[in-house]
Amino acid sequence: MQDPSRRSDLDHEATAESYMLPSGQPVQLVDPDGRHVHNDKYPLPDGEALLAAYRELVVGRRVNDQANALVRQGRMAVYPSSHGQEACQVAAAVCIDKQDWLFPTYRDTVAVLARGVDPIQALTLLRGDWHSGYDPYEHNVSIQATPLATQLLHAVGVAHAAKLKGENTVVVAMCGDGATSEGDFHEALNFAAVFHVPVVFFVQNNQYAISVPLHHQTVAPSLAHKAIGYGMPGERVDGNDLAALLSVLGKAVERARDGGGPALVEAHTYRMQSHTNADDATRYRKDDEVQQWVPKDPIQRMRTYLTDLNLLDEEVEKNIAEKAETVAAAMRDGLNAESEVDPEDLFRYVFTEKTSQLREQAAKLRDELSRESA
Amino acid sequence: MSTTLTFAKALNTALADEMESDSTVVVFGEDVGPLGGVFRITDGLTARFGEERCFDTPLAESGIMGMAIGMAMNGLRPVVEMQFDAFAYPAFEQVVSHVAKMPNRTKGKVKLPMVIRIPYAGGIGGVEHHCDSSESYYAHTPGLTVVAPATVQDAYTMLRDAIRHPDPVVFLEPKKLYWSKEDLELESLRESVGSFGRAVVAREGSDATLIAYGPSVSTALNAAAAAAEEGRSLEVIDVRSIVPFDDETVAASVRKTGRAVVIAEAPGFASVASEIVARVQERCFHSLAAPVLRVTGFDIPYPAPKLEQFYLPSVDRILDAVDDLQWEDA
Repeated sequence: MQDPSRRSDLDHEATAESYMLPSGQPVQLVDPDGRHVHNDKYPLPDGEALLAAYRELVVGRRVNDQANALVRQGRMAVYPSSHGQEACQVAAAVCIDKQDWLFPTYRDTVAVLARGVDPIQALTLLRGDWHSGYDPYEHNVSIQATPLATQLLHAVGVAHAAKLKGENTVVVAMCGDGATSEGDFHEALNFAAVFHVPVVFFVQNNQYAISVPLHHQTVAPSLAHKAIGYGMPGERVDGNDLAALLSVLGKAVERARDGGGPALVEAHTYRMQSHTNADDATRYRKDDEVQQWVPKDPIQRMRTYLTDLNLLDEEVEKNIAEKAETVAAAMRDGLNAESEVDPEDLFRYVFTEKTSQLREQAAKLRDELSRESA
Repeated sequence: MSTTLTFAKALNTALADEMESDSTVVVFGEDVGPLGGVFRITDGLTARFGEERCFDTPLAESGIMGMAIGMAMNGLRPVVEMQFDAFAYPAFEQVVSHVAKMPNRTKGKVKLPMVIRIPYAGGIGGVEHHCDSSESYYAHTPGLTVVAPATVQDAYTMLRDAIRHPDPVVFLEPKKLYWSKEDLELESLRESVGSFGRAVVAREGSDATLIAYGPSVSTALNAAAAAAEEGRSLEVIDVRSIVPFDDETVAASVRKTGRAVVIAEAPGFASVASEIVARVQERCFHSLAAPVLRVTGFDIPYPAPKLEQFYLPSVDRILDAVDDLQWEDA
């Protein structure tokens, strides 16, 4: 096992503090007006990479809108929207390679889709057909976690196993600002640091844990500062700036892959809509606060930037919109079709081999159902 | 060739044998490395297999459990030690919400072959938080296989089975048995495959059945020996596997004897003992000559060492219960 005290990065950094402290302000590479902001530490991703990610951004917005509509139509039980956070979602999915792992939360459906999971499979949980609808091994995407922060430890375990097996795997573990108050958040960071495993903790600070604002969650200077206590670097980034997210996450992933250990990245963003469709955000935040975030929208600024680069014109926009429409149409078709659930599934996946008790209960249910249909 | 082993050494040997035969088996927890665990169950494993295979973690039970889940997801077979029964509670969310549910949530795509070893139950004069009988919490959670060996041989074979099991296993180690000894034919046992979900008749008898598991089996056997001196023939069933539960063996015995007492250390209210009573009544009602009784711990937090003698099911308390089984027309 690697000596956990090994910190190769320290060799060429002045002090531990300068190496671990996050930037004074969230890293920004493209400002809300779509203009490049120079940063010595973080290079701007090239235009083609940004354009590819921009496509996913637009698709993600369309997915959020479509999912909200499907809930209103009674086709889905619930949807926690990531409207406004799409840049975080996309960046988390595209900053890693195929063999890497993504650990998403319930709000990270767009990230799951950007990783290649079929939309209907991804929405199985929120539709209410089953507690998860996809095979985690197909795209190395863990199930969407609903308890907060628990999945961060699973991410550490996957990374630790990868390290023991000599695999070249990095894990991106996502959570929100509320989750940073949970014990498992702290245990995960500490374990990751002590075992020096390749995990990038990615906190989407969207300012509210359901109704509780960040200042009631923590009085730390920033969530990124929490990393220091565990001996790993923390960084904060403009969560509505796709370019900055790709650069900062990319650097953390690269560092982890090179044996540099874990890192914490905090994205400053905003949940533009309610926690879920069941929530009433007007009870805990003012509309003028929400409006302040409108000009910071991740899509508009990237559109301006890519247009100025001549990478985006009306025709490309049209193609992207068509792709988004295709995804939305597939979601509608898939969710409008009556879903088929099999009552026998209740007993099928509790144990590898059914216990005699479960066989009896399954037989009882079969009998009930056959009498009903007779 | 037979070898005399303690229960603790049998567990240690089982761990070593499985680590030897399967390189994906990893053992971790608090103090399990160079120290060899507070009960020495992991003694020598780090020296023999290296610190990648047997290692200490930071002191955080949820962390241990959550990390084990991820390691199992990624192809390893973690065997984690929760240092004491009541110290496992910080990990309870990970156990209940994820260990037990993840295979189900993913329709079996994610298997979690892992073992949660818990030194459990009382009778060793431990101070608070060191003697809980927590089996009912785990048994009540669908998705967990829950077993408790009561013999040195079962300690060895059942732990090997647990490590090879495709599903997560809560492996309860009765602390008071750690120093008990038996002669084992290890060579032949290595070939034997035990099976979860199977109870055994630990002592044959014809007048009544004592049903016990883990630390209570030896007490039940002592009670049966004492009853024999009084001319009463008691059968003793060692449940071994709480989940899955062997209704067949238990019911066959009660149908034969017509009377039963269930013995367990845990508080009796809403307990595994209660569940066994219910299952026996459902299956054996027409064979029963008396209500099925329980001898369990009282419904109180586990008492201080100087009081535990008054709490634990004793031979006398079991014999009193047997006397209450409406013998007048027998």
